[in-house]
Amino acid sequence: MYGNAYIDPNDKAAAIIADEDPVKLAEFESRISRGEKIEPKDWMPKEYRKQLIRMIEQHAHSEIIGALPEGTWITRAPGFRRKLALMAKVQDEVGHAQLLYSAAETLGKSREAMINDLITGKSKYSNVFNYPAFTWADACIIAWLIDAGAIINQVANAKGSYGPYCRALDRICTEESFHLKYGHDNVVTLSTGTKIQRDMVQAALNRWWPPIMHFFGPSDKISQHTQILMKWKVKMATNDDMRQQFLNMYVPKIWDLGLTLPDPALKYDEQAAKWTYTEPDWEEFKRVINGDGPCNAERLAVRRNAEERGRWVREALISKDSKYLVPLA
Amino acid sequence: MIKSLDPRITRAEIELENPISPLKDLDQWETYEVFHQKKRGDQHMHVGIVHAPNAEMAMLFAKEQYGRRGMSVNIWVVKTKDVLTSEYEDTDMFDVTEKLYREASGYKVMEKINKYKKENKNKV
Repeated sequence: MYGNAYIDPNDKAAAIIADEDPVKLAEFESRISRGEKIEPKDWMPKEYRKQLIRMIEQHAHSEIIGALPEGTWITRAPGFRRKLALMAKVQDEVGHAQLLYSAAETLGKSREAMINDLITGKSKYSNVFNYPAFTWADACIIAWLIDAGAIINQVANAKGSYGPYCRALDRICTEESFHLKYGHDNVVTLSTGTKIQRDMVQAALNRWWPPIMHFFGPSDKISQHTQILMKWKVKMATNDDMRQQFLNMYVPKIWDLGLTLPDPALKYDEQAAKWTYTEPDWEEFKRVINGDGPCNAERLAVRRNAEERGRWVREALISKDSKYLVPLA
Repeated sequence: MIKSLDPRITRAEIELENPISPLKDLDQWETYEVFHQKKRGDQHMHVGIVHAPNAEMAMLFAKEQYGRRGMSVNIWVVKTKDVLTSEYEDTDMFDVTEKLYREASGYKVMEKINKYKKENKNKV
């Protein structure tokens, strides 16, 4: 799972490509416009490399941190089958992180450097995982709706221009379809169950709605920088477009179950052919992404703990003749 | 100590403030390229990489990472540093000049047969 690429609207387009070789840049851009993929050792603009590393790395961190709120309910999942399914889903998420770290590595940043940037708080991950999963129903809402948002984002990015990222995303999207079905099944079970179950899933939905609306990030400022990254197929859709797509696909499914959403302004505007809603609280989004959310400190402490307590095993296993090379693809 | 909603985390007795020294080079070991065969009779195909301290563990991780949904019948792992690759910028070495003599379509036997038959209609 994960949000979208962040682009600084103050960067000037001319400055981004100022010292690039114009002939190589033209070849690079025409390859992308022909629909061909860029491979690791190809020439690429510095800004292309930088933005892709940031984006893929954040995506990887999100997968690994996202396993924590969901893992909260492994010990108490209702029934053996759901416990097995939840463990399988959490394992998939960690596997996705590995695939994504590998794709980012092909651009020249080592996995050690990425993990260091995560555990020191330098790199970001998706903001939604800084919120707690209070009940089993929270884990179900995450599995259904957060994964639904992730799929929209990942399907879009899988059509991007960087070969290794596209290949990782294709594999990830296949597995996400199980997560989505599993999450939907759980939410349907609760929604069609006893009053206690319905109340529990409604309460979880109310808690998760604001983070879900934050999920795709604030509206993009249409800058020249954004346009260049869209031309290079790094950014595949605007944050608002993806949010609309999500609302279009999932609000009817939520209402269908007789559940309500905590936004009285949410409705489909037939004339404008889009959803209208109360603008999410972007101040809270900024506050949480910068460290001051309900679970930020715990998430990173747990991650640091895992690295620290496993270190002696990893060190004991390093063989003398090992030598790190950037992976091939 | 963290008092978490996750009982496993509470049991692990983790300090909230637990600064650690950064991971050093090779902490995550070197990489192996992974190839798998989907079913008997297919070619093996490159599917990605794993980080591992040795070939046996690379095999274990590859099975877990790429083979956990029963979509493989066979897996190969090889150290990244042992693979010799061509460069994309040398792709022109695969360009060919006219080499019809090495293609089936370069041989027009039926044309010759038909021509022969036509010219020798009365004799055959």
